[in-house]
Amino acid sequence: MSSPETASERTVRHAFGNVLAFFVLLLIGVLAFSIRLFSVIKYESVIHEFDPYFNYRVTQFLTKNGIYDFWNWFDDRTWYPLGRVIGGTVYPGLTLTAGTLWWVLHSLNIPLSVETVCVFTAPTFSAFASWATYLLTKEVKGPGAGLAAATLLGMVPSYISRSVAGSYDNEAVAIFALIFTFFLYIKTLNTGSLFYATLNAISYFYMVCSWGGYTFIINLIPIHVLLCIVTGRYSSRLYIAYAPLVVLGTLLAALVPVVGFNAVMTSEHFASFLVFIILHVVALVYYIKGILSPRMFKVAVTLVLSIGLAVCCAVISILIAVVASSPTKGWSGRSLSLLDPTYASKYIPIIASVSEHQPPAWPSYFMDINVLAFLVPAGIIACFLPLSDASSFAVLYIVTSVYFSGVMVRLMLVLAPAACIMSGIALSEAFDALTGSIKFQLLGFSTENSQVGVGDASPDNAPAQKNAVKSDASENTLKDRTSRKNKKKEKERGKEEQGGQSSLQSQIKMRLQVLPLESSIIGVFLLIMLGAFYVVHCVWAAAEAYSAPSIVLTSHSQNGLHVFDDFREAYAWLRHNTEVDDKVASWWDYGYQTTAMANRTVIVDNNTWNNTHIATVGTAMSSPEKAAWEIFNSLDVKYVLVVFGGLVGYPSDDINKFLWMVRIGGGVFPHIKEPDYLRDGQYRIDSQATPTMLNCLMYKLSYYRFVDADGKGFDRVRQTEIGKKHFKLTHFEEVFTTHHWMVRIYKLKPPKNRIRGKAKKSKSKASSISSSKKSTKIKKNPWL
Amino acid sequence: MKLIRLALPIWSLVLLCVLHASSSQEIQIVNAERRIDLSSHIVKVFLTLKIENTGTSPVSDVLLAFPPTQANHLALLKAQAATGKRKKKTFTFLDVYPAELPEGPNGTKYFSISLHSKLGAGEVVTLEVLYMLTHSLDPFPEEISQSESQLVYYRDSAILLSPYQVKQQITFIKTPSSKIESFSMVEPTNRAGAELKYGPYENRSPHSYSPVIIHFENNNPFAVVEELVREIEISHWGSIQITEQYKLAHAGARHKGVFSRVEYQSRPGHSGISSFRHLLARLPPRVHSVYYRDEIGNISSSHLRLDSKKSELEFEPRYPLFGGWKATFVIGYGLPLEDFLFELPDGKRYLNFSFGCPLVETVVNKLTVKVVLPEGSLDPSVDVPFPVEQYLEKKYSYLDVVGRTVVVLEKNNVVPEHNSPFQVYYHFNPIFMLAEPIMLTTTFFLLFITCVAYLHIDLSISK
Repeated sequence: MSSPETASERTVRHAFGNVLAFFVLLLIGVLAFSIRLFSVIKYESVIHEFDPYFNYRVTQFLTKNGIYDFWNWFDDRTWYPLGRVIGGTVYPGLTLTAGTLWWVLHSLNIPLSVETVCVFTAPTFSAFASWATYLLTKEVKGPGAGLAAATLLGMVPSYISRSVAGSYDNEAVAIFALIFTFFLYIKTLNTGSLFYATLNAISYFYMVCSWGGYTFIINLIPIHVLLCIVTGRYSSRLYIAYAPLVVLGTLLAALVPVVGFNAVMTSEHFASFLVFIILHVVALVYYIKGILSPRMFKVAVTLVLSIGLAVCCAVISILIAVVASSPTKGWSGRSLSLLDPTYASKYIPIIASVSEHQPPAWPSYFMDINVLAFLVPAGIIACFLPLSDASSFAVLYIVTSVYFSGVMVRLMLVLAPAACIMSGIALSEAFDALTGSIKFQLLGFSTENSQVGVGDASPDNAPAQKNAVKSDASENTLKDRTSRKNKKKEKERGKEEQGGQSSLQSQIKMRLQVLPLESSIIGVFLLIMLGAFYVVHCVWAAAEAYSAPSIVLTSHSQNGLHVFDDFREAYAWLRHNTEVDDKVASWWDYGYQTTAMANRTVIVDNNTWNNTHIATVGTAMSSPEKAAWEIFNSLDVKYVLVVFGGLVGYPSDDINKFLWMVRIGGGVFPHIKEPDYLRDGQYRIDSQATPTMLNCLMYKLSYYRFVDADGKGFDRVRQTEIGKKHFKLTHFEEVFTTHHWMVRIYKLKPPKNRIRGKAKKSKSKASSISSSKKSTKIKKNPWL
Repeated sequence: MKLIRLALPIWSLVLLCVLHASSSQEIQIVNAERRIDLSSHIVKVFLTLKIENTGTSPVSDVLLAFPPTQANHLALLKAQAATGKRKKKTFTFLDVYPAELPEGPNGTKYFSISLHSKLGAGEVVTLEVLYMLTHSLDPFPEEISQSESQLVYYRDSAILLSPYQVKQQITFIKTPSSKIESFSMVEPTNRAGAELKYGPYENRSPHSYSPVIIHFENNNPFAVVEELVREIEISHWGSIQITEQYKLAHAGARHKGVFSRVEYQSRPGHSGISSFRHLLARLPPRVHSVYYRDEIGNISSSHLRLDSKKSELEFEPRYPLFGGWKATFVIGYGLPLEDFLFELPDGKRYLNFSFGCPLVETVVNKLTVKVVLPEGSLDPSVDVPFPVEQYLEKKYSYLDVVGRTVVVLEKNNVVPEHNSPFQVYYHFNPIFMLAEPIMLTTTFFLLFITCVAYLHIDLSISK
């Protein structure tokens, strides 16, 4: 085995393996990129959904006006009359990334439009994310598992749903940043290199720039550190992996305007500081233990413990008092709804009203991670054989992300990489065992063992060799550590360092004896079937389920494809045929699209930062026409936009969202009461509906002259005939309705000239009660 | 009749041109026949003049006169001389250029037609003149609601404005339908269905003018492209890429108040009769990769009919255009290079392409044609059959280093008849085609070399 021939053969094999791995990775990148192009091929190269339109608009501003104007951008096109400071309230990572890409392309004279760059940012970064997964899994369980995990991640439906071409959202970039940060943490943990620790902090900074989900990192890593300390795995590498991250990372995070002092002031970050202190205490203890004799050490421990406990109690009680004095205990609403799943539905209807903030149903697990759900347990088991620092981190990652995904369907996205890593490990281990035993059975023991030895050792060797090249210091620490703790790890390392020596042979023998030929062939076959099923499912999900841009709807009929392009029809109409400064009121869902596509000022948008303002719009929509007109007029609104699906059966229209408007409006303005809109607790718009419902603005704007369209007024979404068919609008006039009636735009009529005689008459007629009523009504309107 | 009373004091200028140069007096128009076609929003006027030289010396130029309002809206003016009798008529095109006559009354603008051969004393020549006026139909009322149809005014003179004595003349005006609200009477005036006849008038002195105003229904689409930028990009790898950016508007009577989709869909012939949905673009044959989109994405309502003679793209803007409504969109397509690019024997290449707007029956207020020549082309020169403004630009496209020369041609007030071919000549050395592939290869080569070098260098400090 140690002959020169086999050694050279081994290097050739090694080089071949590297080249093969490189090409496989390249293909995985191509796969990850191209599986996300279904949306472009089936539909068109266009920005999807709601939030991406905002990001796109910000990117346009960035590329046009430059970075300084971007930081200082006060957007007066939205949240009229409040406006919004974009530079200080937006996670800039995504826009800066796309802006930089665009700038680089343009300096090379490649004239891609900003839109094209934005559309393809997400697929590009999902290729990066799968490479990052390879690196992370390689650190945990070797390159075989890495490649498997990268392949799985490249096409996991959960991630595809947020990163198809055109889905230009924060998550597209953030998942890459998340995985890459974890990789660098594990890399630092494995090597103890300060270089990687610094890179880790920078990568964490990028993550903070990109997504609010960075709190997941800054909580998960401390938990892992704590776990390592508790299980007696403290080492100087752990210190190097963690301390620079907290110090540098927090400093860098505070540079991002949207985070700022939150990086040290909110409860989401306290865990990291607490663990930082604990880590230092532990480090100190180990240091003192090293210089004192065991007896002296015991004395010192008792002394320090008794004093330290008292101090700790005092500090903690102060801390708790400070935290408890703030109403939300220092946690933001979204974080709280994570820790207490019932929180949002109780206190913040806006968070609860978003469908992606709901807990997922069981089928969505099957839809989003498919067979990975079954492979994950196997992967967790594989992580315990043997348990290393890295694999314990992977286990921790999957456990926490499973919990979070159970709270919010959106966080399924965080679960996906963890599931891919675990399944990659499981698949790779299973294939290792099965193919190994097939080889053994077919070729016999004597010729086989050297080859298996090589094949088995090379993956583990790769990092070890790299370690040797990169830093001698790490080698020393590695030895330090092995001498102290972790018998299993020592065994493994020992195995690596000795390469293919006799101790290995016995191990292989032990492992190979387990499986007979037939069952292992069947096992391999079944695994391939499982993989094939996964691939088929992913391609289906990418092509059918997640590629629709949602601003264009299609339906298949006998005479081919029918396209419903009503949203853009309405936005284009607004853009070209209204004054530049006109204000458009709609429910907040359409705010981003209106500003981006119609370039008109909106009252509320998808950045739901001001609940009162949204409640005002909700109140207007659920008020009768005159009161609504007054609210809108006080907000300078010129046009009101409603989405109506009743004619063509588009289910997510404003009538179906209307109860949320009532709820959110009623939350701030108590004269709007939800029961007024419900008949016996049922939401209905047919003849049984309550008069409040039938007279509210939303009903009127949606169904105005609807009965003339088909003669009956049959609503295809609600499957009923509407309750009130013939009515006139007195304060609004229809100015535009799209081809399929999906978007209807109304203009506020100008206030009528007051006719003196009439006004007097009404005054004389009106009793004191009605006038007082009027005054209270005016009071309720916050903008008068 | 009220209109006449109103208009006459303003416009009735029967002007005797005493000061006028003696040369014009030597010509007499024996017979003038004018046919004014008002059926679309582009006013087409066919004028047949029979001219006699009554003087003694031969004449080479014939003057046409236009009132200043018409001169501003004049998009096209063509003249041809007819020779031969009846069936064997042959036409020869004549040059027309603006002429400056300082003594023209009330800002009258002149155009001069230069005859091929001088008109000798006593000789007679027949000239056929075609001119087109844009933006000459003024909607009245200016704002209409969805159910109303569109009425417009047309203002002209019953008598041909001319610097010459006109012995006999007649004017026919054709309106799109027989719905004529009112028209001025200048006896003798006849109306038969959709046609008005003014004249015949005998022996009118030079610069006679008798304003008439016609108020009639015209529901034809008043499609006006306010601005059109056509970019024609030549690639010597085998294709021409054309991108056309339109700013379209409905220039008719402005839409007032409510737009009701119910009315529009249920009574298509009755409601929104002056609005338009469909547009037709005539593209060259063998067109490929056609797209139709605007700044927020693809517009799905279009049909392309391919044919060996021409391609027709029928498309709809995102919404029907009512009076005053606007829309912007981009049409792009590719064409095979060999159909449009030719080489001269001296090695010069030239592009032969049509100038105007491919949309049928539309007026373009401002047309900019940009011809992007390939990188490394030299000495561009342009040959356009009518006067245009032109200048050069630079454009940087895929991996350009020195930039591409762009020939920019600008013209205002363009009608479909301007769709005539123009030529751009330039020198191009095919070696420049290889510049970018070589650049890319070199870059990648260097990249791999660096990689190889990096892998073989050991940068560690201690061994």
